[in-house]
This record gives sequence, structure tokens and C-alpha cells, in this order.
Amino acid sequence: MIYLRKPLLAAGGALALSGCRYDVLSPQGWVGGQERNLLIISTLLMLIVIVPVLFMAVYFPLRYRADRSDISDYDPSFEHSNKLEAVVWGVPVLIVAALGWYTYVYTHRLDPYRPLDHLEAGAPVEVQAVSLDWKWLFIYPELGVASVNELAIPAGRPVNFSLTSSTVMNTLSIPALGGMVYSMAGMETKLHLIADSEGTFQGRSAHYSGPGFSDMVFETKALSDDDFETWVAGLRETGTPLDRDSYLALEKPSIDAPVSYFASVEDGLFDRIVNLCVEAGKVCMKDMMMSDSMGGGGLEGIGDAAAYSHDRARAIDGFGAPITLPEPAATSHHESAREEALLTVPGLICGPGVDGQEDSIHVN
Amino acid sequence: MTPRDAELALPDGPAPHAHAVGHDGAEHHHASPTPIGFWIYLMSDCIIFGALFATYAVLGGSYAGGPAPKDLFEPGFVAIETALLLISSVTFGVAMLQAEKGRRDTTLMWLAVTGLFGAGFIGMELYEFRHLVHIGAGPDRSAFLSSFFALVATHGLHVTGGIIWLVTLMAQIRMHGLIEANMRRLSTLSMFWHFLDLVWIGVFSFVYLVRLV
Amino acid sequence: MLTETAQPSLSPIFGRLTLDWIPYHEPILVGTFAGVVLGGLLVLALMSYFRLWGPLWRNWVTTVDHKKIGIMYMILGFVMMVRGFADALMMRLQQAMAAGGVEGYLPPHHYDQVFTAHGVIMIFFVAMAFVTGLMNYVMPLQIGARDVAFPFLNNFSFWMTVAGALLVNISLFIGEFARVGWLAFPPLSGASYSTGPGMDYYLWALQIAGVGTTLSGINMIATVLKMRAPGMKLMDMPIFAWTSLITNVLIVAAFPVLTATLALLTLDRYLDFRFFTNDFGGNPMMYINLIWVWGHPEVYILIIPCFGVISEIVATFSGKPIFGYRTMVWATACIMVLSFVVWLHHFFTMGSGASVNTFFGITTMIIAVPTGVKIFNWLFTMYKGRVRLEVPMLWVIGFLVTFTIGGMSGVLLAVPPVDFQLHNTLFLIAHFHNVIIGGVVFAVYAAVTYWWPKAFGFRLDDTWGRRSFWFWFVGFYFAFMPLYALGLMGVTRRMNAYPDAGWQPYFIVAAFGAVLILLGILSTFAGFYVSIRDRKRLACGRDPWDARTLEWATQSPPAPYNFPEDIRIVGREAFWHMKQTGFKWSGHYRPIHMPKNTATGALISAAALVFGFAMVWYIWWLALLSFAAMLALGIAHTFNYNRDYHIPSDEVTATELKGAAA
Repeated sequence: MIYLRKPLLAAGGALALSGCRYDVLSPQGWVGGQERNLLIISTLLMLIVIVPVLFMAVYFPLRYRADRSDISDYDPSFEHSNKLEAVVWGVPVLIVAALGWYTYVYTHRLDPYRPLDHLEAGAPVEVQAVSLDWKWLFIYPELGVASVNELAIPAGRPVNFSLTSSTVMNTLSIPALGGMVYSMAGMETKLHLIADSEGTFQGRSAHYSGPGFSDMVFETKALSDDDFETWVAGLRETGTPLDRDSYLALEKPSIDAPVSYFASVEDGLFDRIVNLCVEAGKVCMKDMMMSDSMGGGGLEGIGDAAAYSHDRARAIDGFGAPITLPEPAATSHHESAREEALLTVPGLICGPGVDGQEDSIHVN
Repeated sequence: MTPRDAELALPDGPAPHAHAVGHDGAEHHHASPTPIGFWIYLMSDCIIFGALFATYAVLGGSYAGGPAPKDLFEPGFVAIETALLLISSVTFGVAMLQAEKGRRDTTLMWLAVTGLFGAGFIGMELYEFRHLVHIGAGPDRSAFLSSFFALVATHGLHVTGGIIWLVTLMAQIRMHGLIEANMRRLSTLSMFWHFLDLVWIGVFSFVYLVRLV
Repeated sequence: MLTETAQPSLSPIFGRLTLDWIPYHEPILVGTFAGVVLGGLLVLALMSYFRLWGPLWRNWVTTVDHKKIGIMYMILGFVMMVRGFADALMMRLQQAMAAGGVEGYLPPHHYDQVFTAHGVIMIFFVAMAFVTGLMNYVMPLQIGARDVAFPFLNNFSFWMTVAGALLVNISLFIGEFARVGWLAFPPLSGASYSTGPGMDYYLWALQIAGVGTTLSGINMIATVLKMRAPGMKLMDMPIFAWTSLITNVLIVAAFPVLTATLALLTLDRYLDFRFFTNDFGGNPMMYINLIWVWGHPEVYILIIPCFGVISEIVATFSGKPIFGYRTMVWATACIMVLSFVVWLHHFFTMGSGASVNTFFGITTMIIAVPTGVKIFNWLFTMYKGRVRLEVPMLWVIGFLVTFTIGGMSGVLLAVPPVDFQLHNTLFLIAHFHNVIIGGVVFAVYAAVTYWWPKAFGFRLDDTWGRRSFWFWFVGFYFAFMPLYALGLMGVTRRMNAYPDAGWQPYFIVAAFGAVLILLGILSTFAGFYVSIRDRKRLACGRDPWDARTLEWATQSPPAPYNFPEDIRIVGREAFWHMKQTGFKWSGHYRPIHMPKNTATGALISAAALVFGFAMVWYIWWLALLSFAAMLALGIAHTFNYNRDYHIPSDEVTATELKGAAA
């Protein structure tokens, strides 16, 4: 890895002192290990062509300098060669073919959506991770507990993450264990990771998400089964309940939020978070999509706009503080037969509008 | 803004070009680059519409519990609207034929007719928008309505730009007659007008017809 | 703690612009402002003293000459590079400080604007300005044209780009810039989560500049297709003219997508449309797809002209025709097509299925094949040549080495599972700086050194040129190799502070690299100064490098009409052929038909700038007024039928005699 040599030399001493870890190169989990292997395979494959190119890029200009003593090999007619062209197209094609093969195999093997059952490493743990402004909420649905900005997992057992977000996009990233996946509001994404052994790893959001982004960090504790049990018991003991109301309070923007625990989690909370319907009076996304696929809410549905609104109530200013913006205009459908008639009676097509009713309509 | 500026900028034509006067064999005379330049512009405009069509394809079914096309669109109304625009294309064609015969006044007359049909189309479109907003089915009600308004209104803005251009060109033809520069502008505008017709056929089929079926 | 604030109401006159939006409490900005004002006043005073206003207006602002417009694009690029690089230094300093609980000197509110502005400026107003300027200056000369196809449009495109750049810079002192990253992903960039004017500055600046870019693309394609000298077939064009054509096809195909995408986001923000919101059925992922459908071709728009530059310079300084001309053309065309089917590799981590990810990963790798072929062709051009290691050639070798390494890290990122780990880490940052600095910047510097004598009639100073190269080259490796290393530790981009003090040494090395690059930039400017001062010593004729393409047949600097008479082109490397056959200008010239200068482009763009500003601040009356002004100016322009004039033949003869004597 030629491109690494320089910084390694430059920062070699510092590296030894700081003891910081090349998480990507020395991962602590199977997924990360596979990804590291692929990184190395790909690098080596490319070096087959990169090394000669780098050599020629420096050697040719020096070897063929205009002021060299023996100029007899100067050949301005050498501007085309079928043999060479076959090589310069052929070799990269072969390398890309090899790389493409590895890509195909590994991309399917390491699909973040693929459960890690094939490792036969014990029962997986379900974790529902929610990126909030600007902290992480981890819900353990099987255990009925939750934590903020601290993730504990049993070492050696697969972890099945379900991800979503309350407002903007984030990415759940624990580099020591493996790859990352975006968390997005109104939908659920998946990620499967495993920690091979006990340890504490850094986790964070790897997708810029606003003023509190840099502090969206958390510790990932891979614990032995017993320690994990103890950790969960601790949550049950010291935590508070997490229901829809306390979630809505937690969801309010905050920066550098402390670790906190929840002893119980209301049933179906994560589902409501994913579907943007934790608040009372909101229509869940899945119900909306169901109704849309059946043809929508019709003209009668126009007045229900408020039940579909989510973002406006969560508006923030440039420093991350909540800000009050007007809710979407409270439009309501006017079932005036006369008005409907306007569009169907050809004689009225260019007729007058429906003045006098407009003051009740607000459109931004 | 993009299309407007382009409309204004391109038809002015090639700046006088860079060929030497006289033809002594060594000098060459470039054909005007305006037609190809404008055609390339239309292709780029086509891509803008492509992006809007794609958006409509993705979001066109997201009613957010609100109205769907079947609740909002009236086939008869849109058919008349479409007819106006199609007829305007025909009348523009007639204007072009007259212009090629060098008949200034009849050309102007047919251009005026074209403009009126175009204005009628815009009038109907504005009427429809006004109606939708009035009943609360404005672009803020759902992603479907957003993508509908964006697509149809972008086309409408183009037609409006075309009408402004048409009126400008009519004034210029009145002032200078059917000189070469004006003929070039006229054929460029004609390309634009027919292009908008074509896009509308896409809008009509994709937005109004398909969703009603 | 965060507190709740309310949106202030709108004033009918000033919209949402209030005194609170003037950042007089930010010492960094106040200092910058004072510097800009003092520097500006000094320039104004000097210009008045030397009575330069008239010439500036007549010869530059209103010019339709592609050469002057090209030079102005380059000046814009260098000026904005200073601005963008100042942002880079600020980030490097902040990250060198803010380790392990230290907050540094830039709070997120400011830091996030800095990294957004840095990206936007470097891509849209530095790299784009540079490549557009080069294509403007060189391509028409290379194909034997007297100007571009639509000279007025060219002037207009340039001033629209300037209007966009000015809008970004105005945001520094009035209000704020966006805090969203350079591609402004919603929902963060939407109406609810970016409530200030910063995001609107972003939208209007890019929209206004984008108009210029698209029109310039149309113009350049028409130029290549219609304005070539008699006898020059497409397959006879110099490679740079080919890459210009292909780049502009990419511009015309890709920029409308950006226009549409930004327009949709603008509708979301201004009129409560629901394209990219979380609620009401909006779909933020669609924005991410659309923006990258433009964004990936965009990086090829930047690099492909640079491939052209490298091809010209390698051939000239190796004393050989470019190796594998046909392959070069086809490889570039391949890249053009492929660049539209790889966009998803920018978000492998969004949860697409394995098959989709595999497809886009492999298409991305395939692009490496034609790119690799080009690199081999450059190498084989040097092979058995007579390589003169002049400054442009140093940059080319720097390019070959650096770009190759950047290409390799790019292919790594194209492998989806590797990208799962390295996405959004500093490895990614290192990669694209590796290809943009090592590719675009190095090539632009090579081009500036190479074509400067053509543009001004004297060479650039050699010593300062070499200093500039070595500072940039070494500085680049110091600045970005630590970022590769940090990326392999999993360090995320865009953090204004980080908990792990172990990363700090790397950031300090990177900051040191940035300082070296600063020295490189200063050396460049010192080189410009010294060369202009010593222009007598550095004076040169038409063909200082013993070059091969047609632009070198003109005087240095070329006369306004470029070529006094039409030449019949024979084969590739037209100028080389002319030199071999002892070509002489006839000496009997006919009057030359030329376009007149016009102020319309600058005036419409000024109105566009006012329009953008008014829209950002919700000053509706001003927006309406300036929009009407744009429309009126544009229409008024079409009433002017008197747009050309002739240069009389004795004037052409006199100019040519003077040129021959020089």
C-alpha cells in the first residue's frame, strides 16, 4: 500500500504514542474483517497495473529526456501500435473482470440486509436504532429496554439493527465492526453486524445532519453474555419508562446529550417512529400508503392535511434551537356543487371565478 | 429562468461570423450555427422536462390521503385545452408558409392567431390551477400535486415565454419585414413552438390520460 | 441549552433582512470584511488614478471576444480559489485544534458554513471556471475559428457565472451561507431544517451560475460542430478540442438535471411544495438520486478537459504526436457514456439491494479501463520521445503520478462492501481531492503555464513556476495522505470537533500540508507578478514551445480576429504540418467581419444578481423589478440588428506586419 507509506512515516511516532486504531484495517468483527479482506484484495489487484504506471510515469520522462547523450532511439513516428493498444485495453479489462467477480461475490455476501445466521454464532439480538437531533436512541425490543447514546451488545452474537430517523438523514457507523447504513425518516433500513470479542468501540453518525452532528457519538460496548445481562438489568433498575410522550420529549433537539436509560418501552413505539405517527392525530405512513394505493382520500381528504404533517413542527434555526413556523395552511375542501360544475360544463369554462369564497383559502 | 434566458439569447443568432467578406476560394462561409445551437438548447430543455416527468412518475401516486387525478381532472376540459395548443401549432405552420412566400401581413395575421390560441391555452391552464388551489388541492397538499403543478406549470411558463417572444418578433417583422435575420428567428421560434406542443402531448398522455384510465 | 425562537415577520421593504443578519459580532468576518473593503477601495482608487474604467468597460466587460472571456474565467477561477482555499485553511486549523474535548475556534454554526462554501466554491466557481476558461480560450483557436458560435451568449454566460460567485460572497457579509454540505441533501436542506437565508443563497447562486454553464455548453458544442476551419474533419481535431466537445455534451446533458433538481428544492422551500419532505408523500431519496445524476457527470465535466490539456502538453514536450489518437477519442467517448450509469455509487449505503450495488460498482470500475488507457497513451507518447522537462511538463508528471493514485482509491470506493466502511470517511475526502487536485488543479496549472505565452506574448517565470509546482506537489501529499490514514481509522468527514485525541497528529500534518499548498499558491502569484514585471526578458514569438496544434499559428497574443485569413487544414496536428511545409500567410488580406461588443450580457447578469439577492431575502418588490429588468434588457437586445462591423484590410495587414516583426 504505497499511498500509506508517507503518512505512516510522517506520523509513525505519533501513532505509537497515541495508540489509535486503524479500525478499518484491524476490525473486531466478522463483517469488518471480510470488508478489510476485500479492501486488500482489491488494492493488490490494482497494484498490478498501478505500480508499472507509476514507474513509467517517472522513468520515461527521465529516460527519454531531450538532452540525453544518445538520441538515436528518438522515434517520432511511434504514435500507434496495435500490440500495445491490445495490452493497454486488455490488462485493465482483465483486472476489472477479476475485481468485478470479487465485487459480485462479496457484495452479495456482505449485503447489510443479510442476517448473519450463517455464522452460527448464537441467537441474534434485535436493536432498533433511531437517529434523533442529535443523539442515538437504541431500543431493545426483545428485552423491553432502551438507551440513549450508549449501545451494548453481547460479544460473539449477531446484532440485527433496524434503523430510522426522526427528522434528517444520518448514518449508523461503528467502524470497528463493519460498514454503515443510512437512517432516514419515514422508512426503515437494516444493518447486520457482529463483534467477535469483548471490547469498547466508537460509534457515531457518519452523515452530516446539522449543528449537533459532531457530538452524535456513542460507545459501543461488546460485553460477555453475563455482563450484557447485568447491563440490561441496570437499565431496568435505573431507567425511566419510554412511552409516546416521553419519546416526543426526548426527540426535541439537543446537542451532546448525556447517556440515559429507559426501563421499559411502549409496545409498537419503533413502528410508530418509522411511520411518523408517534404524535396523536397523525396518520401513519403505512396507512397513508395503503390508502394512496387504493386511490387516495378523494376530495374529502383535502381537509385532513394536518394529520399528514411532520416536518414543520420540528423546524430548527441555524443553531439547532426549535423554531415556530406556521403549520401547513389549514385548507379545507369546499364542496360547492357550483364550483365543481365549472369544470364540467363547457359553457362555463371561461366564466367568472368563484369570488367571495377566496378569503377562506390560504395558500402559501 | 433558464429557458427564458435562452429564449432571449439564442434567437439573436449567431453573431456575425467570422468569415472574411468576399469569396475568393480560400475564404469559407459558415452556415448559420443558430439552428443547431437552438436544437441543442431544446435537447437540454427536454432533459429538464425529463427530470420533471421522472419526478411525476415517482411521486404521482403519493396523494397523502388527499385527492387523486380521478377526483381532480376533467377530460373534456383538458381535451379542449390540448386542442387549442395543437391548433396553434397548425396556425404557426401556416404563418411559416406565408413567411416563406414573403407575405408580411398575412404572416403577422397568422402569428397573431397563433398567439391567441396560445393565450387561450394559458388562460385555461391558469383557470385549472386556480380552481385546484381554491378547493385546497394546491401543490402543498401532497407530493402528487407538487409534481403535477411543477410539470404542468413549467410547460405553461415555456408557452408564456413563447408568447412574449412571438409578440416581440411580430413587432420586429412589422419594423424590418421578413429579412433574413427575422426569418431565422421565425424558424427558431417555430421549432420552439412545435417542441412545446410535443411536450404537451407527453403531459396530456402521461398526466391526464393515463391516470384517468 | 437550545431555546425556542420565533420566525421574525417580514418587512415590506427589506423582506426578512434585518440588522441582526449583519455578522458584526464575528471577529473573523469583520476582519475579512475590513480587508475586502480596504483592498477594494485601493483597487478602485488605482483604477481611477490610471483612468482604467473606460478601457475596462470597453475592452473587457462588454467584450464578446472568446479569448478575453477565457482570460476573465481564469481570473475568476484564481480569485475564487483564494476564497475557497481560505475556507480550507480554516477547516484544517480547526481540526488540528479540536481534539479530545477541545472545541477549537469555529463553532458548528460557522464551521458548517465553511465546509459547505468550500465545496460549492471549489467545484462551481474554481474548477468549473478554470475548465470553461481554458475551453473558451484554446478550443476556438485550435479549430481555426474566429470566435465561438454565439459570441454574445458567451459574454452573457460568463457574467451569469460571476453573478453566482458574487452571490456566494455576499452571503459572507450579509446573512449566512448554507450549512448542508456541498450537495445540500434534503430533508436537512428543506424548509424546516434549514430555515435561514443561507440555503437560499446556495440555491440562487447555483441556479444563476448554472444558466451560464448550460448556455456556454450549448455554445461550445455549436462552435465545434459549425465553426471548424475548412478541411478540418472531426477526427483531425486536436485532442483538447475533442475533450471540449465531449465535456460540453456532458454539460448540456447533465446541467438541466441540476437546474430541475434545484428548482424543485426551491419550490419546496418557497411555496411549500412536497418533493423532498419527509411528510405528505415527499421523497428525499429522489433528490439524492437526481443530484448525483448530475453530480457524477459533473466530475467528468471537470476532468475530461484536463485529459485534453495533458494530451496536448505531453505531445508537445515529447516532440511526438499523441500516441493512439483514435483510442484517446474513443476512450473519452466511453467515459462520457459511462459517467451517466454510475451515480448510485455515491450512496451504496442507502440500502439498495446487493444486485443494484453490484451493478453500479462494476460500471464504475469499467470507467477505470478507458481512463487507464488514456494514462498508458500519455506514457507511450513520452516513450522514444525527446522529453523537455519544462514547467508544464512537471505538472503533467505530477498529474500522472497523483491522478493514478487517486484513481486507485476511487476504484476501491467503487467496491460496495469497501465503500460501506469508507463511505463518508476522510478516505473519501482524500480520494476526491486526490483526483481533483492531482487531476484538475495540476492540469490547469500545466495549461496556464503552457498557454500563457500565447495569451500574453511572454512566458511565465521558470523559477517561480518550479517553486509553485514543488510546493503544491509535496503539500498535496502532506495534506491528504494523513486523511487516507484517518479514513482507514474510520474517521468521519464534516466533524468540527472529535473526541479521540489520537487523531490529532494526523490533522496537524494535514494542516502543515495545507500551509505548503498556501506557499504554492503564493508562488503562483509571485510568478505572475515577476513575469509581468520582466515581460521584456520573457517575451516570445508565436511558437515558444515548438508545438503542434493550430493555436500556435496565431500571433502571441492573437489578434482579435485570430487568423487573418482562412487556412485549409490538412490532417491532424495542423500547425506541425504547416511548419513542415513552410507555410506563409499570403500578406493580402480581405476585410474581416466581426461581432460588436455589447453591454447586454453584463447588465442582465447584474439584474440576475439583484434578483437572486432579493429572492434570498424575500424582498418581493425588488425581485419583481429585477426580473422585469432582465426580461426588458433581453428583449431590447433583440431589437438591435446592428451587431457587426468589418476590420478593414489595411488594418489587418498592419496588425499582421506588426505581429511578424515582434
